[in-house]
Amino acid sequence: MPETATKADWTKPAAMAIPQGGYFKDQAEQGRFGPIFPRTPACYGFSIVAKVKPGREANFYEYARKIEETVAAQPDALAVLKLHYLRWVLFPVKGELYFMYQGIFDTDFDKYTEDAVRLFTGLGMSTSFENLEGFPEDWKTNPGAFVKFVREHQCPSFLEYGEYPFVSADEIKKALKLKAAFSNMLDLMQ
Amino acid sequence: MLEYEDIQHILLTRAPALDGLYAFLSFHKADGGRAWLSEILETVQSAAAALALVEKEKRWVTVAFTWNGLRALGVDEASLDTFPEEFKQGMVARASILGDTGENHPDNWVDGLARPDLHAIAVLFARDAEERGRCNMEHDNFLARSDGVEVLSTLELEATPPFDYAHDHFGYRDRLSQPVIEGTGETPTPGSGGPLKAGEFILGYADEYGLPGKLPQPEILSRNGSYMAYRRLQEHVGRFREFLRENAATPNDQELLAAKLMGRWRSGAPLVLAPDRDDPALGADLQRNNDFNYKQMDPLGYAVPLGAHARRMNPRDTAANVNRRRMIRRGATYGPHLPEDAPEDGVERGIAAFIICASLVRQFEFAQNVWANDSNFHELGNEHDPIIGAQDGTLDFKIPKRPIRKKIVGLPAFTTLRGGAYFFLPGLKALRYLASLTDARHA
Repeated sequence: MPETATKADWTKPAAMAIPQGGYFKDQAEQGRFGPIFPRTPACYGFSIVAKVKPGREANFYEYARKIEETVAAQPDALAVLKLHYLRWVLFPVKGELYFMYQGIFDTDFDKYTEDAVRLFTGLGMSTSFENLEGFPEDWKTNPGAFVKFVREHQCPSFLEYGEYPFVSADEIKKALKLKAAFSNMLDLMQ
Repeated sequence: MLEYEDIQHILLTRAPALDGLYAFLSFHKADGGRAWLSEILETVQSAAAALALVEKEKRWVTVAFTWNGLRALGVDEASLDTFPEEFKQGMVARASILGDTGENHPDNWVDGLARPDLHAIAVLFARDAEERGRCNMEHDNFLARSDGVEVLSTLELEATPPFDYAHDHFGYRDRLSQPVIEGTGETPTPGSGGPLKAGEFILGYADEYGLPGKLPQPEILSRNGSYMAYRRLQEHVGRFREFLRENAATPNDQELLAAKLMGRWRSGAPLVLAPDRDDPALGADLQRNNDFNYKQMDPLGYAVPLGAHARRMNPRDTAANVNRRRMIRRGATYGPHLPEDAPEDGVERGIAAFIICASLVRQFEFAQNVWANDSNFHELGNEHDPIIGAQDGTLDFKIPKRPIRKKIVGLPAFTTLRGGAYFFLPGLKALRYLASLTDARHA
């Protein structure tokens, strides 16, 4: 694994080339549910790609509105996942619709797998997954099958880049809070 | 409705024992193993029996099996295959997930605990040494009548003085934050949250999500059973005391440092409620000593450092789904007490603990992997659990303090894992089922 994987210097933008398969050979840390994808300058993440069942496209737009409302009503709804960003994408390949769900976060997915499954279930995220081909019908009673689906449809990156590498969302939020606090202090000094 | 008559006592009751013995066994012949089981199962109390006779009884026996042990008794492959993956693999194979690296690695374990032919454990909790001796002789007789049952090792338990309350060799009061199971009629102490669904700890019951987990088959084998992670943790008492002396000038400051590592004073008084000085009366008061949270009462860790042991092992209101991560802890201390003014004598002493839960991967392994050994826990960076985490002398421990925090670098390892194993703890009907298997069932 290149040195950048272990060195955290946010002032130095960094890129990391990742071998085929997504892991550095012989260096993949074992998580509770299998090998863990490496932390890169763009933190941890996943890119889940799956084929949409025919005629289900509208469900995703409905689902998007639902997530928007959920987060507006409960801003910490997704806090447990230690996220930076999530992106949901629909795209066609040879006339068929595919779905991509991409996330960037600060802890490897393995660690909070059960919490994520619970969250997806609670927020109705799994209902969007129900529109994907191969999604286990018994996911409600079989979280293991849910995890298996996610792992099987994960497409690992071959290259990742960070402009401010290895910085966590909490660190960014702390820095912004500090900036605001200094700004307040300066106001009080006037 | 909990089936008290079928559940092994260790799951639901705590024996008032001051002595005991663990025996680790290997079955070279299936019928020999079953013969041993047939004899010993007559001494294994159910929770109902233990509760009814708690004043009269002098000894409490528990038996449990590794996955290889179930096979050695004659459980067929189809049934073995229905057990969860982590149990099948065993604790040795899960070492890197659990943080059992360096000195803690299975290569360094003692007593044959890392051997694949470790098949069973017999746990004896005894009221006193005399009773332990008597039971041990009785067990020797069982063994003499059972062909091919080898005792790989034994561990003698020993309570540490003073004997009027449970504590470890470091002096920390124990048994302060135990989950209460719904249906037992017990009332959780203030601050402990509500009773938890039985399925979090016992197979065959609804869990916190309302569904019973997937049961290994056949049901008679798994119902009223549970999983038990064994951890033999050596406590380096001399090293611990030296660390306190080196990092704090006065006896009071040393006590405070010990409290910061744990999250509680050694008396048991929680730092959240007694941040500046010890309050032994609070530590001993079950109605008060667990009545606190972190999110509102100590969000930044000025009382309990974010990386303190108690805050990691039970983050209370600062972690999601904590009710899915609770565990029952049983066990005892072993090895002689090291008097306060005595130098380290090189004799091994520690705690030999069982962590009991319905899902090793979701409960025990999560706690080890994420809460004890994840450097990202609470954004702490270069830290693991200061008491039970994987420590190699390169990690820190940060103590929030105004105006500037105290950071201890190069924290030594106060404990070393000397062995461990994953066991399945069957109900009494399941023990009889196992004893009645025949070799013909063995695929």
